[in-house]
Amino acid sequence: MAEYYLIMIGFALIIITALFFPGIIIRAKSIASGRKGPGILQPLRDLAVLLKKGSVFSSTTGVIFQIASVITLCSIICAALVIPFANRGALVSFEGDFVFFSYMLALGKFFAIISALDTGSSFEGMGANREAFFSMLIEPAFFIILASFAMVTGFTSFSDIFSYFLVTGNHFILIYSIILIYLLIQVALTENSRVPVDDPKTHLELTMIHEVMILDNSGFDKALIHLGTWLKFTVYGALIYNIIAPVQMNYFVQAGLFLAVQALFAVTVGLIESFRARNKMNRNPKFILTVSAIAMIAFVIILIYMNKFNQ
Amino acid sequence: MTGNFTEISENPFVVKMDEVRELSYDSFHDKIKEMLDGGSVHCVAYYGIEDSKGIRLICSVADDIRHNICTLSTLVPKEPGIVKSLTTACPPLHIYEREINENFGIVFDDHPWLKPVRYPHDRKNKLAVMDNYPFYGIESEELHEVGVGPVHAGVIEPGHFRFICNGEKVLHLEIQLGYQHRGVEKLLAESSNSLKRAVICENIAGDSAVAHSIAHAQLIESLGGIETMPDLWIERCIGLELERIAVHIGDTAALCGDVAYQLGQVVCEALRTEIINTTQFWCGNRFGKGLVRPGGTNYSLSKETADKIITVTDIVGKRFAEITDRIYSLPSVLARFEDIGQVTSEQALTIGAVGMAARTCGISRDIRNSHPFQYYRQYDVSPVVLDSGDVLARGMLRVREVEQSVRIIRDLTDRWFKEKKYGRKPVYDYKLKPGSFSLSMVEGWRGEICHSAVTDENGSIVHYKVKDPSFHNWMALALAVRNQEISDFPVCNKSFNLSYCGHDL
Repeated sequence: MAEYYLIMIGFALIIITALFFPGIIIRAKSIASGRKGPGILQPLRDLAVLLKKGSVFSSTTGVIFQIASVITLCSIICAALVIPFANRGALVSFEGDFVFFSYMLALGKFFAIISALDTGSSFEGMGANREAFFSMLIEPAFFIILASFAMVTGFTSFSDIFSYFLVTGNHFILIYSIILIYLLIQVALTENSRVPVDDPKTHLELTMIHEVMILDNSGFDKALIHLGTWLKFTVYGALIYNIIAPVQMNYFVQAGLFLAVQALFAVTVGLIESFRARNKMNRNPKFILTVSAIAMIAFVIILIYMNKFNQ
Repeated sequence: MTGNFTEISENPFVVKMDEVRELSYDSFHDKIKEMLDGGSVHCVAYYGIEDSKGIRLICSVADDIRHNICTLSTLVPKEPGIVKSLTTACPPLHIYEREINENFGIVFDDHPWLKPVRYPHDRKNKLAVMDNYPFYGIESEELHEVGVGPVHAGVIEPGHFRFICNGEKVLHLEIQLGYQHRGVEKLLAESSNSLKRAVICENIAGDSAVAHSIAHAQLIESLGGIETMPDLWIERCIGLELERIAVHIGDTAALCGDVAYQLGQVVCEALRTEIINTTQFWCGNRFGKGLVRPGGTNYSLSKETADKIITVTDIVGKRFAEITDRIYSLPSVLARFEDIGQVTSEQALTIGAVGMAARTCGISRDIRNSHPFQYYRQYDVSPVVLDSGDVLARGMLRVREVEQSVRIIRDLTDRWFKEKKYGRKPVYDYKLKPGSFSLSMVEGWRGEICHSAVTDENGSIVHYKVKDPSFHNWMALALAVRNQEISDFPVCNKSFNLSYCGHDL
């Protein structure tokens, strides 16, 4: 039983870091631009305000719109369940759970998209269209990453993969891991609609991707959507942590490492958003395909490492 | 008077109404068509005044090379009120004819599209309202329409944009304004309180308070025969250049904000604050309201203020040069600005673009140079002209104009120190010349502002006409976004930063 208790820590950490993630991004951005800015807890306070409010539903929307935000949040939580912590396995783990992980996230996105279409607004249709297109493009990159994981370790479950995977194994694995971390950050930025693919801060409906899809959501539902977005970030952050985490280490150090990785990840996102402009909309497919191309490089490195070319 | 129209090379000017040659509509039509043939000539005012005999149309045409303004008029009887349109021959006149049609019901026979300019309450046909306006549409399975506004997500003015798109690509944009109509011209003509008139004028467009106030003040001064002194001229020019710097820097910040480049945005915002705070230090209002009044000013420049203005503009100028260097060399920003929202110089000439919009398309159109007013009569300003006509050009023009304005302020302040100080106070109890037509032009940051007034035999204003550069330039925005991605509309819009209330009046 003690083992389960410890495994719960990993899941709890993902939830807890999610609550502070946006605050850290905002702090990083404020400091980078020389502004005082709001405190780390501000997004949480905003969330609390939203949670207290009721939701307003447009008369043109149907049941899909009303259930979508809950399903989206649940699907992300489900995805988080298969992520291991401290090499002791995840709460849920089975053969091929990384496909489950990926499609749980996709399910959430699917509901977000059909709920946007449900509103019948021309803006939201436009945003849904963009979101679906960019998600479709980023999917190969993510699966190439997962496939190369499976190849190098010979397992198809996150828990098994990460209990075997050691970043300092050899030079190939080290190079592979560095590329992998870079890729995961890019995938996370795309999946979460951040700069350079999207701009979460903008008020310009015509340029939005994700934000425009949730224009009609309000109050409690909107809070759930925000929570989902934050969680998604830390889910990717947890994957990055798992790549770095050494096999043998005590729980407290592992937890410290986990927090450090998540914080660093948030700061990186904040810094990227401070010092560059976002892409032009028609450059996004190129940007995402470049990410896929880099994923292919990682895959080739693994092929070389495993001597697949000599046969 | 030469030939059959009144030709004057002053800005502002006043002429007796009787001296403005009245032609038959046909010769008026032919004469304007003949005059407007050429890129250096453009119409600055064309409007109607209703009297017992019919609608009197007055048209002023400015020649940038010969530095003069020709004015002519014609009388169109109310019945049948159908005349030949000038638009097919001189496209820039399209908007004036639309406005005359809207206000007086005169039908311009072969005008391509007599779309109402705005839907004011004081229009001729009260049955046509914004709510039942038939938008331009294209029937197709593949196309979709996106309507934005009049209520927008940001804190901006109301206006409706109707896009016809093929996927992400914009085929056509129709801009429908008029939501901000306050009846400015009517208020100005009806009011007999001169302070009230001055206050209304500085509120025509909030970002051009100084420019509109100067246009009004010099119009009143020429109509009322009020003499002003060089120290006042310099002060007004400094106020105008401060406004130009502030808005240009603010727009650069907004452009960066639109492409999510945080560093550029926050630095420019901070610099703009420095400038508008200096204006506040001078006259108590950050936008220069209250600074300009007919005949004089309540806020004469003091030595202390002059020193502060020089120091602040110097520092801000340098820091702005540094940050824009950074902004316009960053690949991710350049990718958003370069070749986006292009307007060709042919298009700009066709729609009669003025000011910034024209100067970014290779057209040298600057009232400070072609029809100098206030102290620009003694101080040469050579217009900054760029020719790529895209968002980047409009951004770069702002950089270059800020640099130029900082220099102008330094030079003018130097001259101000040497000028004799009269420090005249505003004049409110003026008497205007009876039966006169007067016109005054100012180059605001956005472009040429034109105020014009007609007085009756008692010397009270019967018609006051205001023209903001946005009146012409909105069309440039509509053309700029054609064949662009719809997601690039905001950055195109911001690069022009046109006024809604200046257009709607």
